[in-house]
Order: sequence, then structure tokens, then C-alpha cells
Amino acid sequence: MKRYLPFIIVALVGLLAVGGGAFLYRAKRSANPTPKISKTETLPSGESIHALGPADAAVTLEEFGDFQCPPCGVLSEPINQLQKQYNLRVIYRNFPLAIHAHAKEAAFAAEAAARQGRFWQMHDLLYREQAVWSKSTDARALFNAYAGMLQLDLGRFKEDMDSSDVQQQVENDQQRGAEIGVKTTPTIFLNNKVVPSKQISPDELPGMVEAAVKKAKPSS
Amino acid sequence: MGRSRIQTIFYSAAALISLVGLAEATYLTVVFLSGETAVCGGSPDCFQVLGSSYAKIGGIPVSGLGALAYFSAFAFATFAGFGYGHARRFFAWTVIAMFGMTLWLLFVQAFRLHAFCRYCLFSAALVFLLTGLLVARPVAETEKS
Repeated sequence: MKRYLPFIIVALVGLLAVGGGAFLYRAKRSANPTPKISKTETLPSGESIHALGPADAAVTLEEFGDFQCPPCGVLSEPINQLQKQYNLRVIYRNFPLAIHAHAKEAAFAAEAAARQGRFWQMHDLLYREQAVWSKSTDARALFNAYAGMLQLDLGRFKEDMDSSDVQQQVENDQQRGAEIGVKTTPTIFLNNKVVPSKQISPDELPGMVEAAVKKAKPSS
Repeated sequence: MGRSRIQTIFYSAAALISLVGLAEATYLTVVFLSGETAVCGGSPDCFQVLGSSYAKIGGIPVSGLGALAYFSAFAFATFAGFGYGHARRFFAWTVIAMFGMTLWLLFVQAFRLHAFCRYCLFSAALVFLLTGLLVARPVAETEKS
């Protein structure tokens, strides 16, 4: 028996490492699903938007968000879930608030990632890691590292972050928000109707969305 | 203390250290493959190191290679502990290769990335421990009972 013992020990440890790794991988993947669709759409007006879901969806949820705003971070995953559950069209607009030191730079990072087809992945990552980078003295270094994690072309990402195009895109989103009365984040519109700020919570938003879906499809 | 007993203690310690390294490297590999970011208490250094081009070789994460190396070290140490002669030599070469790689990675962190990842430093400490054991081994193995 002793002759076979080292083989048994090594095989067991190998199996445990592979099995444990696979289990952890599955757990992480299901905890952090990556949106399948990640594209920037251009409207007939020439305006670029970041949207998930079909253009003819019954309900469109438009969010004006700030990547450094904690309530926006709390809502990020529930909105992803609602998008899948009801096949919503979700539009994200940047609305970085001046009180948040790194919010604008984070918006630039998301827009720079969008230039390489990874807006939603960066969006999710920025919210997931919000507690980390928002306290950092060198948030830019973290954003560069996130770009690396998302397998982006880092040189291009850095260039895009400083480009006037990316900064203009964020300005355009902010301008649009200001025009329709957005003052704080998160501000959410369901089929162009603003959701009262008191109802913007992971507990209440699903009910609002469900009501909007029922209203849009009364027969179903 | 008998020579074989010293050897058993030595290789058991080496196997345990390798197990710790295997767990850490497996975790980092999973983090890399799942596209998640490793958190180092709010410091950007981990991200800078683990998100850099040095964190993979030919598309394979360095942590994955590390896991393989730690598993090999564990396996060879286990076999050596049970008296398999060739395993000792393989264990020594594996640790030497890991030591060389660790020096390279420390150089990269210090002089190219100017950032240190705590996970990598912990792994470096484990490899230094293994190397220390390897260096101490001849003394232990030649000790008279």
C-alpha cells in the first residue's frame, strides 16, 4: 500500500486543484455574467449611444449614471438582470458628477473601452470595483489595468482616454441629461418617463419595470 | 535523528509549501480566466502587475504556469519523501527553475512596471522558502544518524 501512497496523494491533490479551480471559475462566472451584446449604436441623429437589448423592445430603460456614485453601483447588477428578464432596451448615459474626483475619468475609461467594443464589460467592471478605484490616489493606473484585464489594446485605450472624441461623447451625454432635467445620479427613465428618485432602488425598480412592461403589452 | 527521517521532514515541509503556492496560483489563474480583477486592498499595484503584458506568456497566464510548477514541486517532493531517488533531482531542477522565474518577475515588477503585486510577493516568498530548503538539504541529507 505504501508503494502506491505517493501516487494516490499526488493524484488527489491534482484532482482537488483542477476541481476546486473549475468550481471557483463557475462560481465567479455565474456571479459576474458578462453581457453578450457590447456595441455602440449610432442614432439617425448621429448621436452615439450604448444600448443593450433590441431597438424595438417594449420598454426602454435609460440611465444617467456616474461610475463613482454608490447607488448607481448598487443598481448596476439588478438592471442587468432586469434587462435579461424582460428583454429591455437599456441605454446608459454618462453623467459624472463634479463632487466625485474620478467620475469623469471613469466615464472616459468606459468610452475608451467602447471604442474597442467593450463598453458594457468596462461598465460592469467599473461598478464592481467602484470601492477600490474611487478611493485610489491613482485611479488612472487602475483603469489602465482594467483595460488590460479586458484584453484591450492598452496603447489605443490610453490614447482614446485622452482624445477629444471621447471627452466630447461624455460632454454630449451630460448635455443631453441637463436638457431633460437630470441633476443627480442615478436618474432613470422608463419609456421616456422619469422614475421618481424614491423608487430607484433594487427593491422597487423591478416592480416599476414590470408595470411598464405590462402597460406596453397589455394583452400578455 | 535518522537520515531518512530528516529527509521525510524536509520533503514534507517542501510539499506543504508547494501546496500553499498551488492554492494561490490556482486562485490567480481562475481570477485571470474569469476576467475578474484581483483586489489588493485598494492598491492599484496588483492591477498594474496582473493586467500587464508580463502576466501572460503566449496567451497563457503566468499564474497558470505557476500552478503547474507548484504542482510539479509538490509531486516531486511527495515522491522524494517516499524515497524515490529520481524525484529528488526533478524537485531540485523544478525549484531552481521557479527561483529563476521568480527573480525575473521581481525584476519586472521593480524596474519595468514599478509596482509590486502582493500575491506575487507572497509567491516569491514561498519560492525563496523552497529554495532555502533546497540549499539546506545537502546538510540534512549528509547528516549522520
